[in-house]
Amino acid sequence: MANDRNRGRRRQDWFGGDGRSGNFAGPRDRDDGQGRRDGPGQYDRRDRQDRRYDCRDDGRDRPQGRDRPAVEQTREVVLPGDLLAHGKNIGGPGTYTENGVVYAAQLGVRTFQEGKVSVLPLGGKYMPIAGDEVIGKVLDVNPNFWLVDINAPYPAPLHIDESAWQVQIGETAKYLNRGDIVAVSIQSVDVVKRSKLTMKDGHGMRKLAGGMVMEVSPSKVPRIIGKGGSMISMIKDRTGCMILVGQNGRMWIDGEPDMILVAAEAIGMIDRNAQQSGLTDAVQRFLEERTGSRR
Amino acid sequence: MEEVKLIREDGLRADGRKFDELRPLKIEANVLHRADGSAYVEWGQNKVLAAVYGPRETHPRYAQKMDRGIVQCRYNMAPFSVTERRRPGPDRRSVEISKVTAEAFERAVLTEKFPRASVDIYIEVLEANAGTRCAGITAAAVALADAGVPMRDLVASCAAGKVGDQIVVDLGKEEDNQGQADLPVAIIPRTGEIILLQMDGHLTVDELEKALDLAMDACKRINAIQREALTKRYAVRSGEVKDGPEGGANDG
Repeated sequence: MANDRNRGRRRQDWFGGDGRSGNFAGPRDRDDGQGRRDGPGQYDRRDRQDRRYDCRDDGRDRPQGRDRPAVEQTREVVLPGDLLAHGKNIGGPGTYTENGVVYAAQLGVRTFQEGKVSVLPLGGKYMPIAGDEVIGKVLDVNPNFWLVDINAPYPAPLHIDESAWQVQIGETAKYLNRGDIVAVSIQSVDVVKRSKLTMKDGHGMRKLAGGMVMEVSPSKVPRIIGKGGSMISMIKDRTGCMILVGQNGRMWIDGEPDMILVAAEAIGMIDRNAQQSGLTDAVQRFLEERTGSRR
Repeated sequence: MEEVKLIREDGLRADGRKFDELRPLKIEANVLHRADGSAYVEWGQNKVLAAVYGPRETHPRYAQKMDRGIVQCRYNMAPFSVTERRRPGPDRRSVEISKVTAEAFERAVLTEKFPRASVDIYIEVLEANAGTRCAGITAAAVALADAGVPMRDLVASCAAGKVGDQIVVDLGKEEDNQGQADLPVAIIPRTGEIILLQMDGHLTVDELEKALDLAMDACKRINAIQREALTKRYAVRSGEVKDGPEGGANDG
C-alpha cells in the first residue's frame, strides 16, 4: 500500500523556531492579556459552551472537564461488542445500538453522562468538533491556504482570510511553513467531517515557536487538564513552563529545557494512568521530587 | 516423500491433538509503538504481526467513499516465513487474502463514523504453518481494537477441514497439504454471523455443516483469548499508579 505514514500516537518533537511569530510569549508570561491563563484547550469553559454543539451529525457529546467527574475512581474497561445497557435511546459516543441493546464500539472505559451510556476510548483519533482549540502542524503551503494536520483522520485547511495576519496571496510561506506548529481553532465541520480552521476565534491563536510538542490520546485531555484546570496548573506552577493543551491530544510545552522534560514526563504519567485512583497525588509527588526546592 | 499418518491408530491426529483441539495460541496487544494499533499472535508454529493505521486519509483517492469509510488490508508473507524462501512481494494468494480480509472487516467495522477515511490493516506473516489467514484476521481484530477503531465486535477466525475422512479443526501444515478439505471461517462472535467462508477441497453438505459448527465453536474460544490479551494490556489495576514515567511500551 502506498504512503505508509508514521502516525505514532505519541511523538515528542523538538521544534526550533525562527523567532518569528504572532504574539510569542516567553516562558514566564502566563497572561494572554485578557486576564486568562494561556490559550488552547484551557480549562475555563464559560466561553466555549455554546460552541460545543455545532455541526455534529452523530450526536456526539464531548466529555468536558465540567460535565465529567474528574474525581479519581477506577472504572471498567470494555471491549467492542460488550453489552452495556438495554434501552432504545441511551447510547452515547463510543457505542452502537442493535435491537434495543447498547453495545460498546471501542476499547475504552464505560461512563454514564447526561443520561447516556458511553465509552471513553483509550486510544482513537481526534474527531473534529467546531469550536475546539487544537494544536496543528503545517503539512503543506499553498498560495492562499495552509494544510494543517490536527491529528484527525483528515488534515484541515487554514485559509489566509482566517489567519492572524494580513497575508497576500502567494506570500503564505512568509508566515507559516511545512513543519511549523500553530495554535488554531476549528471553525466548522461539515457533514462529511471536513473541517476548516481559523485563528480568529479563541485565545492565543498563533504560531508556536520553540518549545516541544507532545501527543497523547485525545480522550485523556480532560484528565490532563483536571477539574477546573487543577492538574495542568499544578504542572505549570511547579515546572514554570508554559503549556498549551489542544483538544486534539497535542500539547505544546515551553520553558527551561530540563523543566520541559519534567512536564512532559508528568503528562506521560497521566496519559498512562488516567483511570487510576491516586493519580493526582502521584503526579504531585513526582513533581516535588523532580523540581525540588524550585517552587 | 513420506506420507505422514494424519489420523493415528488411537484416533488422535499426527501431532497428538483431538479432533476439536486447537494449537496453542498466544496473543499480545499493542506491540508496535508507531502504529495506531497492533497485535502479535503465535498460533502453533505461526507467528503473525498485525498493524492498524487509521482512520486516516484514503490512498488511493479514488477508493474513498463519501458517505462512509473503507477498510484496506495488505497481507504479506515474509521471505523467511516459509521453508523454501519465498520471493518478496504480493502474489496471487496474498492479494486474495488481502481482499477477503478487508471485506470481512468491512462488515465488522462501523465505517459510517469516518466518511472519506480509510482504516489500513497490515498483516505480516513472520513464520507460516497453515492457518495464517485465520491467524492474521485474529491478530488484526485485536489490533483494530487497540487502535480504537469503532467496531461491532472482535472478529475471530479459525479453519476447519477434513483430514483422513474425519472432520477436524485448526489444521496444521501437513493436514492442510495432505488433507481432503480446508475451510477457513471468520465470524462475529456475539451474533455468530459469518463474515468469511472459503473452502479448498471436497465436502458433502453434512460434512460442511459439521465443519462449520466446529469452526464456529473454535472461534468463540479464540475470541476469549483475544479479549484476555486486550484486558491484560489495558485493564485498570486498582492500586498504585504505574511506576515511573519511563515504564511501558508506549513511549517514543
